[in-house]
Amino acid sequence: MSLDRAARERLVRALAASMIEHAEELTSLDQAIGDGDHGLNMKRGFEAVLATLPGLADKSLPEMLKAIGMTLVMKVGGASGPLVGTFFMELGKALPEQPTRADLVAAADKAIGAVKLRGRSEAGQKTLLDVLVPAQAVFASGGDARAIAAEAAQAADRTTPMLATRGRASFLGERSIGHMDPGSRSASLLIGAAVAALEFEAVS
Amino acid sequence: MSNSSSGNVGIVIVSHSSKIAEGAADMVRQMVGNAVPLAWTGGDTDGGLGTNVAGILEAIEAVWSPAGVAILVDLGGAETNSEMAVEMLAEDRRARVVVCNAPVVEGAVIAATESSGGSSLAAVKRSAEEFYA
Repeated sequence: MSLDRAARERLVRALAASMIEHAEELTSLDQAIGDGDHGLNMKRGFEAVLATLPGLADKSLPEMLKAIGMTLVMKVGGASGPLVGTFFMELGKALPEQPTRADLVAAADKAIGAVKLRGRSEAGQKTLLDVLVPAQAVFASGGDARAIAAEAAQAADRTTPMLATRGRASFLGERSIGHMDPGSRSASLLIGAAVAALEFEAVS
Repeated sequence: MSNSSSGNVGIVIVSHSSKIAEGAADMVRQMVGNAVPLAWTGGDTDGGLGTNVAGILEAIEAVWSPAGVAILVDLGGAETNSEMAVEMLAEDRRARVVVCNAPVVEGAVIAATESSGGSSLAAVKRSAEEFYA
């Protein structure tokens, strides 16, 4: 897969738009079981990413992803900055400049591993890993953009009945049950935006 | 916000609230005095409640001591952001910064007390964490 400059910029804008447009929804999910700042935090982070355009898209894909990750780490605040930022940074570190689909699968695997380490968490604890892990399983087994996005959205829905045992929502114990995890929702939105933007690029 | 002049272990206080971080630092100053390098940081980059990596890095820098730096944190994101900040330090500094698993106010006072006596980083961390035991 080769992403030219225009495609890289389109990808960045799609990711940012998904967070900015859904900021209120994410915040209201977070008000239910967190501290109510997730939407605002992600919006602030991705607005900071947008502010690094057009230079950001001049970078190679790996360098661009690392730069996005660093901006998110520095600007998002809250635990999601280091978690989502680590995902982008590690993805960038693991990718060659012209990745094949297999390279992308392997890099996403490494990036998810780094998120697990950063959060000292695994899937099943009502966190963004409950979207990243199943979406990655579909990606790794050959699923197309539509299948990956659909799994990510369904996986976010599946966090609703889960009991949070990691992250701020774990303070609520059983009261965390019945609310979608905001970090899972933002992860599914980002994945949906990414695969929709990349669908134009004939991932092969 | 800080001073750094000694070989004592530096103390960094990280809270979601700048008022809590500053207040905890005031308590350390009053109870332990000025011998220990001390810095605090709190709030997100917009000044709301939260923590941010850049602020934590600045605080570590402000209290940097060859004896090391102990960080006291409040809730989850403060810890995650502190760990991220430690990883972003130069390699030779990383091993000399620890995040303590201790309550932020009590831990800061105990860690600073231990540091003021010239104790090692490991001893400072242990004392702060014993508060939970």
